[in-house]
Amino acid sequence: MPGKLKAKIVAGRHLPVMDRASDLTDAFVEVKFGNTTFKTDVCHKSLNPQWNSEWFKFEVDDEDLQDEPLQVTVLDHDTYSANDAIGKVYIDIDPLLCSEAASVISGWFPIYDTIHGIRGEINVLVKVELFNDLNRFRQSSCGVKFFCTTSIPRCYRAVMVHGFVEELVVNEDPEYQWIDRIRTPRASNEARQRLISLMSGELQRKIGLKVLEMGGNAVVGYLQCFDLEGESGLVVRAIGTACTLDKLSSGSAPNTNTHIALPTTSSSPPPFSPSKPCSRQSSSSDTDLSLTPKTGKNTWPRPLTHSHPSPSPHCGEFPFFTLTSFPPGFLVHVGGVVSARSVKLLDRIHNPALGNTRSYKLLDWNSVTADEPETRDAWWEEIRQEIKSHAKALGCHAVVGYSESTSICEEVCILSASGTAAILNPRYMREGSNCLFEEPSPPSCGFCHIPYDELNMPFPAQLTYCYLCRRQKVPDVLFTTIDLPPEAAVTGKGCLIQARLCRLKKKAQGEVNATAISNLLPFMEYELHTQLMNKLKLRSMNSLFGLHIQISVGENMLLGLASATGVYLTALPAPGGIQIAGKTPGELSNEHHILTIQKRINDTIAKNKELYQINPPELTEEVVGSPIPEPRQRSRLFRSHSESSDEVSELDLSHGKKDAFVLEIDDTDAVEDIHSLLTDAPTPTGFYSCNTEIMPGINNWTSGVQMFTSVRVFRLSNANLTNQGLNKIFTDLCENLLKSFYFKLRSMIPCCLCQLNFTVAVPEEELIQVTVTAVAMTFDKDQTQEKTADKPPTKGLSGGSETEEQLQFPLELCADSSSANSASVDYGSFADRCSTWLELLRLKAHTMRRGSVKTSRRTHARIHSHTPPCISVTVVKMTPLSFLPGTRIIKYLGIINMFFIRETTSLREEGGVSGFLHTFIAEVFSMVRAHVAALGGNAVVSYSMKECMLMENPNKNQAQCLINVSGDAVICVRETDQEPTPSTTNIGHTSASATDEAT
Amino acid sequence: MTMELDVFVGNTTIMDEEVYQLWLDGYTVNDAVKVRMDGGVMEECEASADVLLSDTMDQYRTFQMCERLLHSPSKLGNQLLFQIPPHRQAMLIERYYTFDDAFVREVLGKKLSKGTKKDLDDIGAKTGVTLKSCRRQFDNFKRVFKVVEELKGPLVENIRHHFLLSDKLARDYAAIVFFANNRFETGKRKLQYLTFQDFAFCAGQLISNWTVGAVGEPSVLFPSFVCYMDVDLDKEFLQELKELKVLITDKDLLDQHKSLVCTALRGKTKAFNEMETNFKNLSRGLVNIAAKLTNTKDVRDFFIDLVEKFIEPCRSDRWTAADIRLYLTHYNNSAHILDTFKHQVVWDRYMGVVKSCIFKMYHD
Repeated sequence: MPGKLKAKIVAGRHLPVMDRASDLTDAFVEVKFGNTTFKTDVCHKSLNPQWNSEWFKFEVDDEDLQDEPLQVTVLDHDTYSANDAIGKVYIDIDPLLCSEAASVISGWFPIYDTIHGIRGEINVLVKVELFNDLNRFRQSSCGVKFFCTTSIPRCYRAVMVHGFVEELVVNEDPEYQWIDRIRTPRASNEARQRLISLMSGELQRKIGLKVLEMGGNAVVGYLQCFDLEGESGLVVRAIGTACTLDKLSSGSAPNTNTHIALPTTSSSPPPFSPSKPCSRQSSSSDTDLSLTPKTGKNTWPRPLTHSHPSPSPHCGEFPFFTLTSFPPGFLVHVGGVVSARSVKLLDRIHNPALGNTRSYKLLDWNSVTADEPETRDAWWEEIRQEIKSHAKALGCHAVVGYSESTSICEEVCILSASGTAAILNPRYMREGSNCLFEEPSPPSCGFCHIPYDELNMPFPAQLTYCYLCRRQKVPDVLFTTIDLPPEAAVTGKGCLIQARLCRLKKKAQGEVNATAISNLLPFMEYELHTQLMNKLKLRSMNSLFGLHIQISVGENMLLGLASATGVYLTALPAPGGIQIAGKTPGELSNEHHILTIQKRINDTIAKNKELYQINPPELTEEVVGSPIPEPRQRSRLFRSHSESSDEVSELDLSHGKKDAFVLEIDDTDAVEDIHSLLTDAPTPTGFYSCNTEIMPGINNWTSGVQMFTSVRVFRLSNANLTNQGLNKIFTDLCENLLKSFYFKLRSMIPCCLCQLNFTVAVPEEELIQVTVTAVAMTFDKDQTQEKTADKPPTKGLSGGSETEEQLQFPLELCADSSSANSASVDYGSFADRCSTWLELLRLKAHTMRRGSVKTSRRTHARIHSHTPPCISVTVVKMTPLSFLPGTRIIKYLGIINMFFIRETTSLREEGGVSGFLHTFIAEVFSMVRAHVAALGGNAVVSYSMKECMLMENPNKNQAQCLINVSGDAVICVRETDQEPTPSTTNIGHTSASATDEAT
Repeated sequence: MTMELDVFVGNTTIMDEEVYQLWLDGYTVNDAVKVRMDGGVMEECEASADVLLSDTMDQYRTFQMCERLLHSPSKLGNQLLFQIPPHRQAMLIERYYTFDDAFVREVLGKKLSKGTKKDLDDIGAKTGVTLKSCRRQFDNFKRVFKVVEELKGPLVENIRHHFLLSDKLARDYAAIVFFANNRFETGKRKLQYLTFQDFAFCAGQLISNWTVGAVGEPSVLFPSFVCYMDVDLDKEFLQELKELKVLITDKDLLDQHKSLVCTALRGKTKAFNEMETNFKNLSRGLVNIAAKLTNTKDVRDFFIDLVEKFIEPCRSDRWTAADIRLYLTHYNNSAHILDTFKHQVVWDRYMGVVKSCIFKMYHD
């Protein structure tokens, strides 16, 4: 019995009226863990019940502790009929299992019902006592820390980076079980929520086991996703990077010479395979029509995989890293983006393990008998192999910034994986032999140097000597999925660059459908790539970071959205301009037209240069030493329809070959393209945007932070739309969203939208859904010119002396959370007047501290000063970034991974779909905040909304929505060296203004 | 581009004060967009009409979701759904409970019942306040009234505590509740020239001097232990007021009072002659008002009586505000010198309020 879970139900507040006759509620609480249930007494006739229950104790295996959530159900007691459920709270107790994270969960949780939403709040206290367990064959992995953050967490040092971990579990979706045809929607939703909670618990435990096996103690860049495959089941899968982390004692500087080991990549550097044709953005698409599993090899030629020696036999041998930013010296060279997609047909997932005794039959595909080839695991394995071989073709032995995703429509599923091929520092490898690098490259440009052999380039590219060190070769354009390395030398500022594309397809079924989709994929990738390249040139930039390409499938169309942050890397050559060429040069009117367009393009480029402050130092040809003897020539940009469709992996995506880009106007398509190129509205003055962690060129953030989620759904009205028409609609949709953000956040100027994360979906035949999560952060305009690269990386944390920090800490805590110490006191309910007197005094003390007590004739009357009683709610900041500007994270409290379903049968009454979703998103935010506050935290970093799936049926007045969010709960304090000991009176003010910057 | 769905949710709830005001004023979304466009917000950030519409819709939705919480403002402070910084919460509450003086003037002293609510159309049309805004304001009055009606303790404090309003607004609400509870007549034609603020001032005077709560200062530490009601006038005091009749029924006393006042006033004002000739009438008027206050009906007519019995005669004689001040001060003080007049405390308590009410109500 290795663990004891203890829970105590303290009180409730703002409960809904359940008894119409008395306008009151007779509430009691059921606390359930596993199969054990406890009940509190019924608290009669109160909307603010005080249960003050005993400690309910559950004696359980730590395996269960990891898998199961604590389930708290609030009910209304009814003598004659069945008790009515008011709502539930699921509490993930995983953070309590790790000694370094939270020690107690205590706080107010919103009581959530899948039909009615939040109905009041409940105060719960949870503790765990773990016993030492020396069983070698244990199934639990308590103590392994999980981080969503895709870099080494701020208060840790990476002792060792072990490598890639992945796992997936599959189950039947309760929504699709026959029993649900007769179950109530509430029961079905709750079954689903609970199942997913269980599955992700199990998944996390299994990943933890793998990490322990590898000798690590943490997973960084943990990415968990759900595939709701409908009839064929429900898949929960996760990837991450196993690490051994060491906690830095607060105040000590992070160790710059972090010892990093790469056991899985310790083999000698990959040999080149010069015969392989491969583009810089190496990509491939294939279809495995999974209808005939026994024969099942693909129908598409995949020239990149077969010639390589098969990878080492034991699984998990992928040199992949989900991290997007790295400790200094880790990343040596970056090759380019590698991606792979595959179209699959979903079949019913066979579920042989029905004899399981657990309440929900969980099954993971690793345990399934080997003669069942068509498993999700095998699919992913295939994709990963492909990625690995692409990386090898680029002369790289590792893939960084790696991620996986799916898009499902009916029974078709597109699996995608992408990352950045890279060479990591072999000095830190265990058997660091065969060293390729004679001399260390300078950090500001080293990663740009080509990893492949100049004479045997994997794809045609124009190489020059590095503009910074002038010793090694660099490509003319660099695309990556990672964040800009902080030490990289950058000219000017970065900006968000998006390529958007719609492609119609015929409605079809099964194999025909899958084939049609996989035929379209390469063209889509090509066009997205072309768009990106054109837009990059238009902004006079030469590299993309954080590139994320999403291809979403619907019944009658495919949507492609590529987002990245464009940057001018000082080490790379300046991009050439864009030239327009007409097909029939004779016509005068045409000529004129072309000239006008050319002028517009040139003007835009000049304007952008100014806007993004791109003034690269002028270099003469002699210094650079023009290494490519080839004379300058113009290359024609091929349009996709002229390409042969068979040579998928040989697509030449390397437009950057020549210094000037030629767009040939030969048909209306091209005209459309140029128009779409020029219609991207520039960001209004005072705004910047990017989709990465760090905004190149801005590093003096101030404290204003506003995280937001925005969802738009557009209904296509016209039945016979063309590709162009669709493209226009889709582009406008995205552009208008951005415009809306700028308008709403105008009070934060100067401000930057960071980590702009767009997700597109085709929820129904004529609907396009765009979901965006991002954070707006204010910065100090005057210091924007400061260079990041100049700052020694150690400087950040070694500022204040020990004593100062200790002094600062308690002050900061109450400042940051609008008084964290009073979290357990509820000033709101003054029902019991006599006993609140003490609280009144405390409140008074608080208000005095805030400096807002007015002196007056009748002082006794001013106890309830004008300050509203907001003191009982901790302010929790949320951000998709791994840090909060101006603060220092002092503790990671554990991962937040929550899944909610909301349904309504009174859509109109709730304000239509917009009202419904608005409420739901606000509810999700509040539940995340409540959980973080209960863990003792005051912020969520690396927050993301992984899923926002909306289904509506306005005719039936119904709608349903599923949301999955995740992030890292943290405690952060204001950075010491930024504001030396603020006086107590202005603390309240500054913290308020910090959170209010956005309004 | 019309959206099937369009939402924007911030971790810190984003609220535009201008849009909030438009919402409170009862503008429809489209009208609000028009007002905003005219206000020039579009140029500010290169926005289009679409953007403005989308933003306005979002904000309106947020306000609607918040409205439930604003009905019991203490909930706004400890609810978890919206993360709103404290000073924004205060702003939301304050604005929500702010009312139009023109509107409140119409319902002041009326019963806050369904019947009155039905008349809101007419009031709206008369005052130019939208029906939606009228309803909100009326419901606010009713809600505050309902909560405070049964509570013990100082009225203004109760309102401030339960509705987290500023001192000024809490006092205004106290006036509204006080007027509604005592059903003071304010609608008569003769009272039309008085503004809400005039009445609110008078209500403040009555509350702090003529109610039960006004008598004893409650203990500083246990304010809620003292059981008194602030909403009702002190019945005992009203009974005692009858004793003041002696000032007009006793001929000697009346003459003595007159001569004292006249001696003090002589040479100090141009209106001396009018004061001298009107003294007995005016004094009878004021003392009679006091003596009749035991009847609920006469309490209701308190303000109309003040106007008819005192203010109008003075005005017809063209007294200035300074004259009034001078006259009433001496009228009040001289009573203290009358040796046979024993009711000094009651007299002061009565005259103190009447004096300041008349000062406020006497517009030149």
